[in-house]
Amino acid sequence: MKTPALLLTATLFALAGCTDNAPASTPGDLRALSVTASDSTCGLSAQTAPSGTLTFSVTNTGTTINEFYLLAADGLRIVAEVENIGPGLTRDLVLSAPAGSYVTACKPGMVGAGIRAPFVVSDSGEPVGPTGDDAALVAAADALYGAYVRDQAEQLLSGTQEFVAAYTAGKDDQARALYAPTRVHWERIETVAESFGDLDPKMDLREADLEEGQEWTGWHRLEKDLWPARAKGYQALKPAERATYAEDLLANTRLLVERTRTMSFSADAIANGAKGLLDEVATGKVTGEEEYWSRTDLWDFQANVDGARVAWEGLRDLLKRKNAALDTQIETAFTGLQALLDRHRSGDGFVTYDKLSPAEVKSLSDAVNTLSEPLSKLASAVLA
Amino acid sequence: MTDASGLSRRGLIGSVGAGAALALAGSGALYASGREAARQPTGTTHPFYGVHQAGITTAAQDRLHFGAFDLNPSATREDLIGLLRDWTAAASRLTQGLGAGTFGPLSGPYDAPPDDTGEAIGLDPAGLTITFGFGPSLFAGPTGRDRFGIAARRPEALNRLPHFPGDALDLAASDGDVCVQACSNDPQVAVHAIRNLTRIAMGRASLRWSQLGFGRTSSTTSDQVTPRNLFGFKDGTANLRAEDTAGLDSHVWTAPGHDPKAGWLDGGSYLVARKIAMHIETWDRGSLREQETFIGRTKAEGAPLSGGTEFTAPDFALAGREGRPLVDPDSHLAMAHPDRNNGVRLLRRGYNYVDGSNTLGRLSAGLFFIAFVVDPRTHYIPMQTAMARSDLLQEYLRHVGSGLWAVPPGVAAGQFVGQALFS
Repeated sequence: MKTPALLLTATLFALAGCTDNAPASTPGDLRALSVTASDSTCGLSAQTAPSGTLTFSVTNTGTTINEFYLLAADGLRIVAEVENIGPGLTRDLVLSAPAGSYVTACKPGMVGAGIRAPFVVSDSGEPVGPTGDDAALVAAADALYGAYVRDQAEQLLSGTQEFVAAYTAGKDDQARALYAPTRVHWERIETVAESFGDLDPKMDLREADLEEGQEWTGWHRLEKDLWPARAKGYQALKPAERATYAEDLLANTRLLVERTRTMSFSADAIANGAKGLLDEVATGKVTGEEEYWSRTDLWDFQANVDGARVAWEGLRDLLKRKNAALDTQIETAFTGLQALLDRHRSGDGFVTYDKLSPAEVKSLSDAVNTLSEPLSKLASAVLA
Repeated sequence: MTDASGLSRRGLIGSVGAGAALALAGSGALYASGREAARQPTGTTHPFYGVHQAGITTAAQDRLHFGAFDLNPSATREDLIGLLRDWTAAASRLTQGLGAGTFGPLSGPYDAPPDDTGEAIGLDPAGLTITFGFGPSLFAGPTGRDRFGIAARRPEALNRLPHFPGDALDLAASDGDVCVQACSNDPQVAVHAIRNLTRIAMGRASLRWSQLGFGRTSSTTSDQVTPRNLFGFKDGTANLRAEDTAGLDSHVWTAPGHDPKAGWLDGGSYLVARKIAMHIETWDRGSLREQETFIGRTKAEGAPLSGGTEFTAPDFALAGREGRPLVDPDSHLAMAHPDRNNGVRLLRRGYNYVDGSNTLGRLSAGLFFIAFVVDPRTHYIPMQTAMARSDLLQEYLRHVGSGLWAVPPGVAAGQFVGQALFS
């Protein structure tokens, strides 16, 4: 491939290489270490490094799966690790390491104590993020987020009961009024709900996502039946069919509630969940595709943002300790996006998607990008 | 090839400065009275005539212009045959670096429009190949009418591809009676080919849609380096290669007797095209861990996550922490692997595309997937059905265009493409 852009990039790199060799001799290089991990040896390019952001580039030269650990001086506490390095592969471990004594370990075959050696991080005098007991903060985030997920799942269930009761009774106006406010509880925990690969397709599949011969069930099946205006030649569901689909949705919702009761969440799961919710906004809501029949996409939009915000809030104490600037950036972006969304409020909810002008959609999309970029760095920041 | 009335693009250079052209071409040029006789153009050319059409096992060029044409409602069987005859003649010339018509872009009657549009003057053909295929609608038009008296010879496997989960097809950029794949290492040469073939078709057929592609996403010969797609990963590592003749015979070329009604297709193939939009903005926010997990290979070298180097066979059983396989069973690598697909292999020949950007300021970008297969019912539909359902990568993909065409065998000198269909 020879696109001008690539050639240009290559040229720029070449120029940079010619004219500026300074970075190669800066102390930064001392923080780039290589680890050659064979089935019986664990060779590090250096046994010491200055404090700061260290990169261990671990190459598995052996024949079995390998791992690399940086342990605290006690040889017990894992400071950082990289697992599942297949034979022949190289994987980087990046971490922020304060001065102190450590132990490195390669673990060929993923068994035993590993091939260990002492490692010293000297004080570079440069600030390194404070450390402390992250575990307590992660546990607090888990407790907070887990409680949120369970609460939303339960609200989803009670809302769904009310919704399907109206729907099966043929009270269409009431069902339409309940549709979006109930789905909000689904959308707030959408990434968790989607993690149940068997429930999600039964509950939230869009018509275009069906494969041939697959029966369409769930929220959007009922949505189309309640808002058939955009459907050509649509055959309304008969009362018995309504009852069947409604009962199915309710049963699956009960199952969802059941499963969320025992869930726990790691810091990266919470952080990636927040990013995932914004991805949902970017690909489904801001484009008006999620609620094709009801046009209630902005309710879902807000709910995804709500869920992402709760996830971030739970991790804030940890994030502020690790990367306060990123926390501020995320906060600013949430505020900006919320202000924009608030402009489209109407009554208890929002205007329908078709009321948005292309320019308004574009500015919402831009605000999602503004938030998504820093939010995508949340996981690596809290894990650092 | 020699064409007494022909005018090569290099001949045109000659008409401006014969000496320069001679020096450049390094071969003798013959000049007839007032009109350049044909010369053998230099540059990279592939033979147009052969057992199979060029542009399938030909080393994948860097650029694509793919056109899908519909015959005009009034077109007759004779119009179709005439069009194929004219297209064959033009393609046989264009691929050799000659003009689309017998006069070329700068000759012919002074009061007539030139029979070649001229933007390829002075350009190397840069490996141009032109490959033709016949779509299901050629055999039965929109109303099911047998417009061209060929319905009885429609191959069993030539049906519109089914709806796959998640498909969001733009029908205006899908299907077509006839497809023309023009590939070259020079984008202007590929565009020149489609432009001139479109012009030749006017009155008989019109362009339904066309697609530009850059950056091949597959290698089709062993000495080509595996290129990268817009996800930044190597694509097509396990592709069928030209050197694997046994593999091609099993998985690409239709064998005699494969379909008694469609003997005209013997030695041909099927071309599956899918325009696959990529959500690259959200993809770019995924961690390297997620990206590599979804693909099943390393981003650096393209090695399977079970270890080794790019061409090491993946070990799907090799389990890491918590007993989980290093290569996720739902990764793109695992889903597309022959082990998961009854041993079928594809000859992929796709291209990256960027159609500018959309109203949200996102790149309208993705992969224009092209595959040549012996039978789409065994070699594409089952795989795509499974991938649309389970491939982790699906989260970042959306199929927005689709087409299937039967690709007739190669053309012998003096014949036209697909001639056996009409005999």
